[in-house]
Amino acid sequence: MHQYPEQYLKDGLVTDNTWQLISADAETLPSGDILVPVSYWQAHRQQMAEHSGNVGVWVDGHEEIETFANAIATVPVIAINFTKFVDGRGFSMARLLRERFGYIGEIRAIGHFIRDQLFMLKRCGFNAFQFHSEIDLAAASKSLNDFSDAYQVAVDQPEPLFKRHR
Amino acid sequence: MYIYDQYDQKFVDERVEQYRDQTKRYLDGQISDEEFLPLRLQNGLYVQRLAPMLRIAVPYGLMSSRQVRKIAEISRTFDKGYVHFTTRQNIQLNWPVLEEVPDILAELASVEMHAIQTSGNCIRNTTTDQFAGVASDEIEDPRPWCEIIRQWSTLHPEFAFLPRKFKIAVCGSEEDRAAFLLHDIGLQLVKNASGETGFHVYVGGGLGRTPVIASSIREFLPKEDLLTYLDAILRVYNRYGNRDNKYKARIKILVRAWTPEVFAQRVEAEWEHLKGGPATLTGSEIERVSGFFTAPDYQTVDSAAVEAELQSQAAENKAFSRWLDRNVRAQKQPGYAAVTLSLKPAGVAPGDVTDRQLDIIADLAERFSFGEIRTTHNQNIVLADVLKTELFELWQQAKSAGLATPNIGTINDMICCPGGDYCSLANAKSIPVAEAIQRKFDDLDYVYDLGDLELNISGCMNACGHHHIGHIGILGVDKKGEEWYQIQLGGSANRDAALGKVLGRSLSRDAVVDGIEKLLDVYVENRLDQESFLTTYQRIGIDKFKERVYAPVS
Repeated sequence: MHQYPEQYLKDGLVTDNTWQLISADAETLPSGDILVPVSYWQAHRQQMAEHSGNVGVWVDGHEEIETFANAIATVPVIAINFTKFVDGRGFSMARLLRERFGYIGEIRAIGHFIRDQLFMLKRCGFNAFQFHSEIDLAAASKSLNDFSDAYQVAVDQPEPLFKRHR
Repeated sequence: MYIYDQYDQKFVDERVEQYRDQTKRYLDGQISDEEFLPLRLQNGLYVQRLAPMLRIAVPYGLMSSRQVRKIAEISRTFDKGYVHFTTRQNIQLNWPVLEEVPDILAELASVEMHAIQTSGNCIRNTTTDQFAGVASDEIEDPRPWCEIIRQWSTLHPEFAFLPRKFKIAVCGSEEDRAAFLLHDIGLQLVKNASGETGFHVYVGGGLGRTPVIASSIREFLPKEDLLTYLDAILRVYNRYGNRDNKYKARIKILVRAWTPEVFAQRVEAEWEHLKGGPATLTGSEIERVSGFFTAPDYQTVDSAAVEAELQSQAAENKAFSRWLDRNVRAQKQPGYAAVTLSLKPAGVAPGDVTDRQLDIIADLAERFSFGEIRTTHNQNIVLADVLKTELFELWQQAKSAGLATPNIGTINDMICCPGGDYCSLANAKSIPVAEAIQRKFDDLDYVYDLGDLELNISGCMNACGHHHIGHIGILGVDKKGEEWYQIQLGGSANRDAALGKVLGRSLSRDAVVDGIEKLLDVYVENRLDQESFLTTYQRIGIDKFKERVYAPVS
């Protein structure tokens, strides 16, 4: 999974990407900003601290976030990987990171998610989206705002509709 | 009933526009079949054997006459002029065109309706008792809670891609008319020692390939905590439910693997973080929603005089009397009754109605029952608030529209899935079996003598026809390309919920009706006093039935 797209969506804007995604079986690390598997990051803390660029981590949506959330609290980027777009575990993971562990850095969706999930992903705490295939990012960004409001409490709106408007 | 405010309306309008754009991009080749699949499913659109099928949500089975007329109009404009009422209180169109679905959804939105989350691996329509609000054994009206759950579950950002579909039912009464123990979550309204209302929470019930009766995980949940507790259950399921095998993906499998005790502990641990949080319900919100479900403007009537008149009408007219017996039930308001319009006349697929009948149902509701209609999980229609003095007139009008077959709760009021005639999953046809049974047992005296008898037919093990919980269940199976039918006995959806036991080897289509007749003979020969089929079965066991059905022909 060596993905290095030129651009991604961040905070609703098409943004140049400087982060290289490092796969679990990579033998050497490139210079510059990197996203490494969380297990690698945990096993090589010293090496990570000395890396030439910024270091973030990526995790699969099904991993047990409770076991490492505190350890990675200070990394600038946590990327959550979707192995299948219909696997909703990453949605819960992002909410837990934001709401339970208070993570304030970038949460980036990577892997197989689709444009039509952006509104809900955003509500769950994702603020960055790196698509797995070619897509018109500006057009896709419209899906971030498919709905003007929502009934439920979520990361983007900590009060339910019934307390705000009813 | 609940009336949308500007926010509710905006959500359904925005959903229509979202899906219109998705359909356009799909047709332009910008969205693959695989990626379009959950998008269309979560807007109600299946692709069936013969054509797409659109499932329209009827939240907890409640509709206004205006909405029913709109469904009639949609079925005329976009379909073949008939619709199907499902076992989950929803409505299905059998022949919509994919390209026109956004327009259909826009029409629905114009009368505060939608098809959101009627399919797909998400939280589905919440169901309840068709007699909610008028039942005399009610602890509290479940409908406000259903509406609160509807809003919470609609477009829930975290739970749109669950391991599998997820169904919630709410029961507000002593007798269970919602089959709530056969849902992923069953909520039973209860009162604690201090007289406060709350919920007894059950999880992990369901039919399908692995039928299970739900387990209790919390005996009393204060009502304010409903949504935070539901969030906790769903989060545990979303994270830990099986995603590798769709036949092992329902919450019932997780509950069983962990045991209900461990599952309950995991939910409680998650809930610790959410309890008392911002999603906690407020008294004013509960009051606001409850305010939509108040009693209609009933008239005060002289009950004794009304009863006397009804008795004399019944005495003069046997057909009316039969209809009163089977299709009319008491409700808590003196002088009023709840009427079930039968969608099971012989020769029509159970639950099917024409556009013309829908218009008549809307007229009848307006004329006789405050403009409100309820759909039932037995695939009939209820008018819940009819003046007893008007029953005779209602009966005459319903009868001329083919909606007054006096068979509610009898063998001919069967639950039946669309089966192999429509469904691409089915192993066997179910509608022709239903019809053959109705034709065979057309002697009303005999049918009445049999009394309450639930017969349920599914065309495959996915169990859309609820065969596991029929007193008599029929399951279509495929044997080397031929349609065979397995018979089950002793299922029940009531408070003593039970799953049926298989009678023996399956029967060919030709032999099914004959087999059913033998079962009924055993019942009639063995019953004591007023015993129902189910009670007799529970007393004498399966063997006598088995011996008779499989006895060698002499």
